[in-house]
Amino acid sequence: MIELSEVLILAAMLFCISVAGIFINRKNVIILLMCIELMLLSVNLNFVAFSHFLGDIHGQVFVFFILTVAAAEAAIGLAILVVLFRNRNTINVVDLDTLKG
Amino acid sequence: MKDVYLAIVLAPLAGAIIAGLGGRFIGRSGAHWVTIIGVGISSVLSLFAWKHLMFDGGEVYNAEIYTWLKLGDLKFSVGFLVDQLSVTMMLVVSFVSWMIHIYTIGYMRDDPGYQRFFSYISLFTFAMLMLVMSNNFVQLFFGWEAVGLVSYLLIGFWFKRESAIFASLKAFIVNRIGDFGFLIGIAAVLMYFNSLDYMQVFSQAGTLENPTLSLIPGMEWSVLSFICICLFIGAMGKSAQVPLHVWLPDSMEGPTPISALIHAATMVTAGIFMVARMSPLYELSETALSLILLVGAVTAFFMGLLGLVQHDIKRIIAYSTLSQLGYMTVALGASAYSVAIFHLVTHAFFKALLFLAAGSVIIALHHEQDVRRMGGLYRYMPVTWFTALIGSLALVGFPLTSGFFSKDAIIEAVHYSQLPFAGLAYAAVLAGVFITALYTFRLFFLTFHGEERMDRHTWEQLGESPGVVTFPLFMLAIPSLVIGAYLVGPMVLGDYYKDAISVSAGHAAWFNEMVSHYSGAFDILVNSWKHAPVWLALAGIFVAWLCYIRYPHWPGRIADMSAVIYRLFVRKFYFDEVYQAVFAGGARNAGNALWQWGDVRAIDGFLVNGTARAVRRFSASIRTLQTGYLYHYAFAMIIGLLLLLAVFVHQLM
Amino acid sequence: MFQSLPLLSLLIWAPILGGIFVLLVGSRQRESSKLFALVVSSLVFLLSTLLYFRFDTTSVLMQFVEYSVWIDTFNINYHLGVDGISVPLILLTTFTTVLVVIACWVVIETRLSQYLAAFLILEGLMIGVFVSLDAILFYFFWEAMLIPMFLIIGVWGGPGRIYATIKFFLYTFLGSVFMLVALLYLYSKMGSFYIFDLYRLPLSLAEQKWIFIAFLLAFAVKIPMWPVHTWLPDAHVEAPTGGSVILAAILLKMGGYGFIRFSLPITPDAGAAMAGFMIVLSLIAIVYIGFVALVQQDMKKLIAYSSVSHMGFVTLGFFIVFSIMEQAGSNADAVMGLAGAMMQMVSHGLISAALFLCVGVMYDRVHSRQIADYGGVANTMPVFASFMMLFAMANAGLPGTSGFVGEFLVILSSFRANAWIAVIAATVLILGAAYTLWMYKRVIFGDVANEKVAGLQDVSPRETSFLLLLAVAVLLLGLWPAPLFELMETTLNQLVEHISQSKVT
Repeated sequence: MIELSEVLILAAMLFCISVAGIFINRKNVIILLMCIELMLLSVNLNFVAFSHFLGDIHGQVFVFFILTVAAAEAAIGLAILVVLFRNRNTINVVDLDTLKG
Repeated sequence: MKDVYLAIVLAPLAGAIIAGLGGRFIGRSGAHWVTIIGVGISSVLSLFAWKHLMFDGGEVYNAEIYTWLKLGDLKFSVGFLVDQLSVTMMLVVSFVSWMIHIYTIGYMRDDPGYQRFFSYISLFTFAMLMLVMSNNFVQLFFGWEAVGLVSYLLIGFWFKRESAIFASLKAFIVNRIGDFGFLIGIAAVLMYFNSLDYMQVFSQAGTLENPTLSLIPGMEWSVLSFICICLFIGAMGKSAQVPLHVWLPDSMEGPTPISALIHAATMVTAGIFMVARMSPLYELSETALSLILLVGAVTAFFMGLLGLVQHDIKRIIAYSTLSQLGYMTVALGASAYSVAIFHLVTHAFFKALLFLAAGSVIIALHHEQDVRRMGGLYRYMPVTWFTALIGSLALVGFPLTSGFFSKDAIIEAVHYSQLPFAGLAYAAVLAGVFITALYTFRLFFLTFHGEERMDRHTWEQLGESPGVVTFPLFMLAIPSLVIGAYLVGPMVLGDYYKDAISVSAGHAAWFNEMVSHYSGAFDILVNSWKHAPVWLALAGIFVAWLCYIRYPHWPGRIADMSAVIYRLFVRKFYFDEVYQAVFAGGARNAGNALWQWGDVRAIDGFLVNGTARAVRRFSASIRTLQTGYLYHYAFAMIIGLLLLLAVFVHQLM
Repeated sequence: MFQSLPLLSLLIWAPILGGIFVLLVGSRQRESSKLFALVVSSLVFLLSTLLYFRFDTTSVLMQFVEYSVWIDTFNINYHLGVDGISVPLILLTTFTTVLVVIACWVVIETRLSQYLAAFLILEGLMIGVFVSLDAILFYFFWEAMLIPMFLIIGVWGGPGRIYATIKFFLYTFLGSVFMLVALLYLYSKMGSFYIFDLYRLPLSLAEQKWIFIAFLLAFAVKIPMWPVHTWLPDAHVEAPTGGSVILAAILLKMGGYGFIRFSLPITPDAGAAMAGFMIVLSLIAIVYIGFVALVQQDMKKLIAYSSVSHMGFVTLGFFIVFSIMEQAGSNADAVMGLAGAMMQMVSHGLISAALFLCVGVMYDRVHSRQIADYGGVANTMPVFASFMMLFAMANAGLPGTSGFVGEFLVILSSFRANAWIAVIAATVLILGAAYTLWMYKRVIFGDVANEKVAGLQDVSPRETSFLLLLAVAVLLLGLWPAPLFELMETTLNQLVEHISQSKVT
């Protein structure tokens, strides 16, 4: 049988990969979005694992919520990306430094 | 009587208001009529009040008119105290003022500020009457400052002239320095007597002879001496005593009627009046009396000296006024309050007379005031010449004139005084007699006799002044001549003042001596040749005659021989220069330093804008942390999250 | 008649609603909005005189009280009332607003209706400060007042207005924040924002000192005391005439009102402990600022500095009370200092308003405030010169004008505390005369200095009207101040009685 801890370790690894992807990646905003998705998925994995091992269905209900929100977020994110590209002709992360003080 | 006293005060005020605000509705003649009638009413009523009090056995009036303000048990009110002292002052003030109103019609005939002038002098009469009739310190201070205000306005009457407005500002500020002391004195009176009403204060005066107060640790001062000296500082400002005398000569920038009314006859004597009024307090403080004696003696002697070298006809008389005020102050110091007031009265008449005569000369010479361009006027202006002669003789104290009796009485009183500086003061006033005679007759000879030095154009138009000018001259010449002989008996030797002036037994030596030596005016006159003053006065006149008629080249030679002293006199002992540099310049420098270094640099530059700068510099340094890269922010978030987790986990364990 | 009228609410809200109305319709109806503003402000003034006539001078209680619940959870209430301290200041407020409305009649050319609206709203808010009995309500009005004032200087001001407004805003705001903290602390102890509850709250000396300092920061900036006064000259120089008038006449009085309403009664022991410090600051203000005023080249700056110096007498009058009670042990003498300070506030309101209006009259013609640009104005404007002489003399504290009464009483009572305080304070007699009359001499006297002065027109009937109103007020208060003192006496006695008792438990 697969232990709870093994699943949690997998989720943590996925999370770390996605975090690394966010701040090592300096090129592409799309990769950034994908990393955020991956982050959410790793959290989802936790929910599912706990739901299964503790026998509580609520965890899986939450996964659905998160998936919905993630889908909406991805849609909005991509939309912003398109507008951004249209305005600035680039989606290179290094160029997006309007917030610089 | 309340209505009479109210009318005495309010009639000139009404005149002033109508003349001042009436403008075109009343016109020029309206302005002089309304004010002359106003002041006339108060003179006639003052005469009535005087008669009521002196001959009809009327009661001393002391009552409140209205409550100015009230706080708890403390009440400040406006009220009148009309006793023998104040009624004398009222009579002098309103009468001299009345004469000067009439004189002004002639003197100011062509001036564009005619109505304004009448309004001011009527207002002055009101303020001066409020001052002398007051029965409490608040109203005294009100009158005190109000006469200062009118004096300021009138010195600067010709406000286009830079010298006039400078003199007016100077007069006001120097007076304010005196008032500063005066106000502290009033504050001390209120603290120790818990009242500002004269009668309540005087009745408690005895209880304060011993208490002391200490301003500087280790130095104990008698409370009464402190109060008296503070009040006297006020008198020094108003009555132009050294070292606060500097404003009076400059005040001659005002029109001549003003010099006569305010800066000779009435306002400047307010200080003398005030000290006499406070005699119950001053009698208890030998320290204050000695100081008064010293200040008076210094003023009487040194200011007389300056009169010798002036060339402006009005300034010579101004220095003579300073010197005569010094005489009055000396008399106060010697506890001879009645004599001081006596001299005040005679001086008011003869000095106003002299000023008006000088004014008459000035009109005739088309506003020429330099005695070096006068001379021989007696041929053209007999009336002015004659009245000026009476005034001059009265000023030098020639026997029979009013000045003789009053000045003689002062010298006698100082002679018998036992205060520390009495000997010095006696010498000063004796020497002063000679000096007075010298400068007075220098002025008289240079103006009316000798060579005719005016320019041709002026000479052709010389003539006697009109009736409105000569009438007041006559009206003032009569009292200048006779009032001394009439009043010396009751005022000096008799009991004219009753309870209005109090002299303690220890200080009354002069009075007992005088009474034991003389029985009346005639007696004094007959014995006068036995005393030095008369001979000194005659000597002064003789020297003046020698120097300015017989050998006119002498004065120049004397001046050359004693160049240093002459220069010192011409520069007026350098008072003006020192004050200008130290006080006026010092205040401006202090102001600039405080402003530039304190406000602009320290507070605004360092504290206020410095704070703003510090905030800005701090933000400028931390803004570089904001790189604008998303992954940096994300990284920071993660680090933060890890730190929080670490703390959380640490706490759990 | 009118017995059931909510007089205080009416005084607050009538001008505010009037102002909003002007704001809404005024931009198209320039002429009628002026008339409307004048009518509203005059009506409010008349209403406020009703306050004076129906005020019971024998009662120590708050009068015309209105009460309704505002925020129940925190026990914050809409609680209004007046006593002998607030009534004179309310009258001063309504009176000066009328003058300001007349003064801007033809002078302000841009956005006149907004200008009028700002003043009307400001009037309501200022009255709100004086009548609030709830600390949070007070704080609300206190801060809200800044907004119209900020706009008045910022929109209609001179060239340096941005710097001046920001300085003004930050200075006052910084101070008030500490006051809010102090109020919240008091609430946490007492559970009420009702001012008279706070009076009764016992506090340790350390607590009182902290609260006193927090209040001090708010009020000292407003009044203003040395060394937090530097916003005032800048604000005055940049403000339009009306703004300067309100600023000098009323806004500065807020600081004084705060001291007498909050600092003294809530923290009497701290007040006593820090009285020496406060007296020293007041004396520095009187003398130091007197010297600084002497050398100013800008008339408005000079009058602004003279305001700081005169307000020094207000704080001096408030805090010598403690020394007098300590020295003489008698409350009656202490009342004189407080009464003098209150009188000084009212009188300074009138005199500084008058002087700023005088400068405004000249500025409208010559467009300069520099003393050097004038000289010999009396030649062309004799009537104006007479008015200004009166106000200059009042500023120099001449007896017979209102300027004398307050200074006189404060000096008299400070002598009881310590003769040296009186001696230093009395230098105002010399300094005040020197800076005021020197300016007067250079501006008004002398020969005509330049063509602009030669072409001056004397005051118009409109200008005469407001100068005359002020002249009458200044003389009336100077010659017969008794009614004003009668109004304040009971309240001040009660106040002194209260602060003479220690609150330390």
